[in-house]
Amino acid sequence: MSYLSLSDKDRKEMLAAVGIGSTDELFGCIPEDVRLGRDLALPGPAAELELVRELEAIGKRNAYPRFLSFLGGGAYDHFIPTVVDSLSSRGEFVSPYTPYQAEVSQGTLQVIFEFQTLVCQLTGLDIANASLYEGATGAAEAVLMAHRLTGRPKVLVARTLHPQYREVIRTYIRNLGVQAVEIPYGNDGRVDASALAGLMDDTVCGVICQSPNFFGVIEDLKALSEAAHGRKALSVAVVAEALSLGLLEAPGTLGADIVTGEMQSFGLPLSFGGPYLGFMACRKEYVRQLPGRIAGQTTDVEGRRGFVLTLATREQHIRREKATSNICTNQALCALRATIFLESLGRRGLRDMAWQNAQKAAYAMEVLTAVPGVRRKFGGPHWNEFVLEFPKPWARVDAALREKGILGGLALEGAFPELRNSALVCVTELKRKDDIDLLGRALQEAVS
Amino acid sequence: MIKEIREPLIFELSAPGKQASHLPPLDVPETKGVLTAVPLRQDIDGFPEVSEPEVTRHFTRLSQKNYCIDLGPYPLGSCTMKYNPKVNERLAALPEFAASHPEAPDELVQGNLELLKRLEGFLSEIAGMDAFTLQPAAGAHGELTGMMIIRAALEDRGDPRKYVLIPDSAHGTNPSSAHICGYTVKEIKSNEDGMIDVASLEREMTGDVAALMVTNPNTLGVFESDIRRAAAIVHARGGLVYMDGANMNALTGIVRPGDMGVDVMHINLHKTFSTPHGGGGPGSGPVGVKRELEAFLPVPVIGEKGGRYSLIFDRPKSIGRVRSFNGNFAVIVRALCYILSLGPRGIRDIAEYAVLNANYIRKSLEQDYHLKYTASSMHECVFSDKFQKEFGVTNLDIAKRLIDYGLHPPTMSFPLIVHGALMIEPTETESKRDLDLFIDAMKTIAREARENPDLLKSAPHVTYVRRLDEVAAAKTPVLRWEKKG
Repeated sequence: MSYLSLSDKDRKEMLAAVGIGSTDELFGCIPEDVRLGRDLALPGPAAELELVRELEAIGKRNAYPRFLSFLGGGAYDHFIPTVVDSLSSRGEFVSPYTPYQAEVSQGTLQVIFEFQTLVCQLTGLDIANASLYEGATGAAEAVLMAHRLTGRPKVLVARTLHPQYREVIRTYIRNLGVQAVEIPYGNDGRVDASALAGLMDDTVCGVICQSPNFFGVIEDLKALSEAAHGRKALSVAVVAEALSLGLLEAPGTLGADIVTGEMQSFGLPLSFGGPYLGFMACRKEYVRQLPGRIAGQTTDVEGRRGFVLTLATREQHIRREKATSNICTNQALCALRATIFLESLGRRGLRDMAWQNAQKAAYAMEVLTAVPGVRRKFGGPHWNEFVLEFPKPWARVDAALREKGILGGLALEGAFPELRNSALVCVTELKRKDDIDLLGRALQEAVS
Repeated sequence: MIKEIREPLIFELSAPGKQASHLPPLDVPETKGVLTAVPLRQDIDGFPEVSEPEVTRHFTRLSQKNYCIDLGPYPLGSCTMKYNPKVNERLAALPEFAASHPEAPDELVQGNLELLKRLEGFLSEIAGMDAFTLQPAAGAHGELTGMMIIRAALEDRGDPRKYVLIPDSAHGTNPSSAHICGYTVKEIKSNEDGMIDVASLEREMTGDVAALMVTNPNTLGVFESDIRRAAAIVHARGGLVYMDGANMNALTGIVRPGDMGVDVMHINLHKTFSTPHGGGGPGSGPVGVKRELEAFLPVPVIGEKGGRYSLIFDRPKSIGRVRSFNGNFAVIVRALCYILSLGPRGIRDIAEYAVLNANYIRKSLEQDYHLKYTASSMHECVFSDKFQKEFGVTNLDIAKRLIDYGLHPPTMSFPLIVHGALMIEPTETESKRDLDLFIDAMKTIAREARENPDLLKSAPHVTYVRRLDEVAAAKTPVLRWEKKG
């Protein structure tokens, strides 16, 4: 298949206009001996029909879609209204570049402005950016931001923060002289408040905690923020399951200074991990240190409202090595999907979806802990995910469930060796009562 | 098209009680007292409430206010705005891909892992590198990953070193990425041809320099023909060469960075391999390395044994994770589809036709616009507004006037070494007719600059909004809608 648009005649005319006889001459500036001089060893070309068949065949080699899955842990299966796919697949949204030329990009710019507003409303903060890559890099950028704002060298990271987010923070700070110290969790699955108090000192730039945390337990963000503020450190809240914001109090209202995380839940398919949608919001006074693109409202020469990318003096193309972040491309199309999703559900629909998640998870907890030997691991309040403990290693329970076509939960042992007998179970609005009951019966056999 | 679309913000359209999407009623027995121990929100103040027809019209109207590659030429230099094949959108959305959870056990996602492994292999072949990671989410993320790999490799040899050399023509992300890796940036001046000055490289390349970051073709669209000598100088003093692959579209199937002395590079799948830009992402910025740097790639890497694929985390020398999960998978699917569609000859055609189109534009416009650097162009050419300045017309005015002719402007004011730059990259997918439309418009604008400069200075005239006040936007930022009263 070819996507070229020149006929032979066009090509000849153009070569003549350029004043050369063949396209080879166009590459005269490349030394002969460095050129490839052979065809690339690649398959194809494939006609569209062949390509479709080949990709469908690759897809079929995924057995996952045939399983009943209760996996969560940073990537969530939620209902996506048809309007999201339908509207976001318009070429006018899919195929433009970053909106540098504002006059011909008002669509994208207004969408970003609406997205920023929705993020502010959900997080309870003043300012939001146009998006970041995904949740883990968002968390890392938030740590760097807290470091820049306070000039302090140490960050306290909750052990209940998504393990992959913790790893990415470690990767990002390694060469910048910032030290990360882990805050342990208590028996209730929440950040251990007395351990945190013991770790706080005047070298701490920020305290970064996730809520609901990786175990699905809702943290006491108010107390955590107060602990951070007591030493003039910043409180950074991570939200990896953004749908929780439809029901739980906004982190900004509870004292968080920066809220960052993942909005994949808002209209983005699981897609094996990406593209997803990182976001970041902060208090007004920190705007000059916020990373990423930001859209702002202004007027044109005739006084009409319009939108532009703004505050570019924070960014790499102006500030080069002094920029707040190296980020350039973000996730505009994903932010568009989230915007359509949120505006379609609206004020009541979002709350209802979040509430149904809470109810279904509560029902699942009741059904599953009724199985002899299965118990709730952490007493802290949970929303749509929770950790169960089994009478034997999870790997064995998991294997028995898979025999029945069920993925009952996410193994925790890798990141939490102390939780060998446990798994993280996620129940969203997409799970029917029958699905939950089926898991209950299968679990009964698996543990007996 | 309709001349006037005044679309309010969704918040201004909102009225209590409306809702576009509903869930079915709860089908499990309601548990009383759920979440009584935590603070819940009673409402989300100002959150929109609209019907589905309103949502549809809102976004359709907004879409009409965007220019896009599906509508016409989008010759943004350095951005490689080529056509985005429709079938790739369909295939990336196949339920077997779209519904797969990133934490699914390896044996249940063999198709996904195979697909990732195949693209790694294709990119290695195209770039002449030995291994690729598909983890980075965008070009700048790839640069950061690549520079972290360089730092880790040098640390492993005993000394990470202090400096990174970057030409003055480089993208702003280069110095920014190097800085986040803990390096101090030293700028190398370009020579009179706009290329790396080998003599100054020789001087600057001392034992405390970790790497040279180079873009080839550079941001002037000129091939750095001394690249191998430059690489040899860097290597002789124990440094490594990083290549920003943003301009890979000029090279595919012709010459491979790995054969030019490059040790680490990134490729933008959203440029060279046609995945859509989406109005600013999502992208994907895979990083390729030579064999001796493979151990430092981020985790996870994809292993293959006897046709079984797995994610491998046990990599003691790895720089660690650079993001969650497995890269921007749906973007990666599109790039794989593109390569499979084109095949080896088609991949070579990308470079041939991209370079032909750029040279055709250059030749057609070189009487009308000033060309500061005259070395031969590859996939893009960089003019300036020097001729038009005489009439008080700047590159901004030229760009805005192009909009009146139904075209997207080129990249402006970059690279920084060309004052008043107009950086034009047509890509290989443009037809001669559309190239001629662009050329004719540019010629007309050159004439208008002489005859009626005010027409340009007040452009654009035909858009829904006209020139916007960016200074005011930055001075008193309004970054969100707020409920009145």
